Amino acid sequence: MPPLVKKLLWSLGTVGILLVVNQVMVNGIGGYGIPAQDYYVRVLTLVGISIIAAVSLNLINGYTGQFSIGHAGFMAVGGYTAAYISFYYGAGILNTLQGLPLPVALTIRLFISLLIGVVFSALAGFVVGMPSLRLKGDYLAIVTLGFGEIIRIIILSIDSVGGARGFSSIVQGATEPPDQRMFEFLKESIFFWVFLFAVITVVIVKNLVNSTFGRALTSIRENEIAAEAMGINTTRYKVIAFVISAGLAGLAGGLFAHYDNYLNTNSFTFVKSVEVIIMIVLGGMGSITGAILGATVLTILPELLRDLQQYRMVIYSLLLIVIMIVRPQGILGRRELSLSGLFGKKKTV
Amino acid sequence: MKFERFGRLFVAIATSAVLVCAALLNTACEKRDTQGGPTGQSDAGLPKEIKVGIYMPMTGPTATFGTSSVHGFQMAADELNAAGGINGSMVKLIVEDDQGKPDEAKTVVTKLISKDQVVAVLGEVGSSRSIAAAPICQQNKVPMLTPSSTNEEVTKKGDYIFRVCYIDPFQGEVGARFAFETLKFKKAAILTDIKNDYSVGLSKTFKEAFTKMGGQIVVEQTYQEGDTNFNAQLTGIRAANPEFIYAPGYYTDIGQIAKQARELGIKNEVPLIGGDGWDSPKLWEGGKEALNGCFFSNHYSISDPSEHVQKFIKSFQEKYKGETPDALAALAYDGAKVLFDAMKRANSVKGDKVRDELAKTQSYKGVTGLISINKDRNAVKSAVILEVRDGKYVYKDTIAPPGMTAEKPAAAEAPKTAEEPKKEAAAK
Repeated sequence: MPPLVKKLLWSLGTVGILLVVNQVMVNGIGGYGIPAQDYYVRVLTLVGISIIAAVSLNLINGYTGQFSIGHAGFMAVGGYTAAYISFYYGAGILNTLQGLPLPVALTIRLFISLLIGVVFSALAGFVVGMPSLRLKGDYLAIVTLGFGEIIRIIILSIDSVGGARGFSSIVQGATEPPDQRMFEFLKESIFFWVFLFAVITVVIVKNLVNSTFGRALTSIRENEIAAEAMGINTTRYKVIAFVISAGLAGLAGGLFAHYDNYLNTNSFTFVKSVEVIIMIVLGGMGSITGAILGATVLTILPELLRDLQQYRMVIYSLLLIVIMIVRPQGILGRRELSLSGLFGKKKTV
Repeated sequence: MKFERFGRLFVAIATSAVLVCAALLNTACEKRDTQGGPTGQSDAGLPKEIKVGIYMPMTGPTATFGTSSVHGFQMAADELNAAGGINGSMVKLIVEDDQGKPDEAKTVVTKLISKDQVVAVLGEVGSSRSIAAAPICQQNKVPMLTPSSTNEEVTKKGDYIFRVCYIDPFQGEVGARFAFETLKFKKAAILTDIKNDYSVGLSKTFKEAFTKMGGQIVVEQTYQEGDTNFNAQLTGIRAANPEFIYAPGYYTDIGQIAKQARELGIKNEVPLIGGDGWDSPKLWEGGKEALNGCFFSNHYSISDPSEHVQKFIKSFQEKYKGETPDALAALAYDGAKVLFDAMKRANSVKGDKVRDELAKTQSYKGVTGLISINKDRNAVKSAVILEVRDGKYVYKDTIAPPGMTAEKPAAAEAPKTAEEPKKEAAAK
């Protein structure tokens, strides 16, 4: 079979599975819903968003070996930009697309908002990365930490995105009465979009890592001086990786904005950045499936522990400590989980 | 490998087939009933156990708010159950922690409604969390009542969202009127916690009201929740020489602000004036003597001699080992009771019926004053001004909404006269 056809079939298959799962998750099967499904769907959707954030951060922290602690900042840039576009220009976009069927027009509207969010967060990544990635050592950590805080303060003082009050009714827009079309559309399909973009993120990162580009990144992680001696323009590679990572973080932020329909800077604090870092450290730095596993576990675990009431966060922290003691390299380390691996086939490296 | 190729092809074809089937299936079958969240409720009558959900910050920076409020809720529920419940049905409270995060509040409320199938939701204190979670209650047609979120936005989220406290514009105005009319001050400095929607809102309305009355804002400074050094801001304030400082932040920072102000030579004669965010036993611990002579607007006063207020304070202290109920506990207590009262009148836990009865609440005699719900689903009631004196919060004044006469504590037992029409007018 020609590779193109194969890829096409694969993508179609993935989209199909996601559509089916979305259908089951949101509407149930044949009139029967899963009990408490709103809650489970919400947790799973948040898992999807965490996966995008964790996998994208892994590109820079895990594969390139640079320590960024400003991921929440990039999520905020992407989230607020996408929300701004959706809120102020959403109605305009829909009007221009009047001839198209509504779901198509709404999809295009979603894509435009997300894309602009991604572009802005990637730009922010470039601005932050360009000067600080020229240096070796911990400078990136300090700069990204500062960046995350600065972004938050800037957003707080912008009144058109709600400031300290938070940005609400994002998908309904400013019109009166509120336009519920996008809201209804997303209610039915956001699960699908989040996981579609999660898959796309994983594919992008996987292809990057398994290319010449990815090997250059790994060489920078292993020994920057040696990499440079081999003729790798380390700054250029680091900046590109950083910009892609920031852009994908913006994608996570944009999806979060459209899903929650409410943004507040309290959701993008330093603590959020640390949470994402814990996800990849726990799952395994430098492993995509590890990042996915870490994101899933760390999003679901606090929910599972809800019955413990006030001891919840204590147990949660204890579990993290235990895992880190037992497996300091993370659950997967640098290995990848794969279906063929599970069935005992050996993968040729 | 031939087998592998075949396998992938098979997977792709199979999924495409499933996709087509699902599309057909979907169009063929009826959609799930998405109307009312909790299912299995009969139209009339009450279930044996009435589940009420609570979301509060039990951990995180505002954890004391959560603890106080939950104590208030719990006491109201225990008293009710001891007295036979709502027409014989017992109330069960399900408390969830949102860590003071808006997105967490959303998750928690979704869980309460869809998993625990609560019939009503109580919470939050912080307005940003209430704003985040309110749309979920609205969508599921589950009434939500916030005891102490004072931001205007909250109840604008829909007709299932109520509150039993006054709103920020009123509190800012109360601060301004107290400073201008009672203390006869003309020159104000404003110190806002820029990160906090509550603080920003109060400062805004204070400024409007104060300048409208003829006062002057000599300087405006901002800080961020969690800051520990306020020297830069306070030096700026000292230079402008105001008669008082309006600082509507949370108690967590106010103590430090007062301390550092006094260290910089801003004397106790220049009081800090704030809002209900100051109300916590921890306020005094943070600032000690530096806070003497400062004022804040609040929902009720523990020195209110009215019988039902003193009874509440006494039983609260008995129940929680000497802990004095702060305004959040009192509001939570009132909020829960207003909700139970509405359920009793409705004799149902159906969302729309409880909502209708909640909206009809008039002159409910709560610990925090007479509670009437206006057409915007906000409570119309007076604010009290408390003075900080050696670790105690002493009652100073009562400020009523425009058009309503202040119901001072001494007259608190006065019969509920025909104030309703006036209140309605004031509420618009």
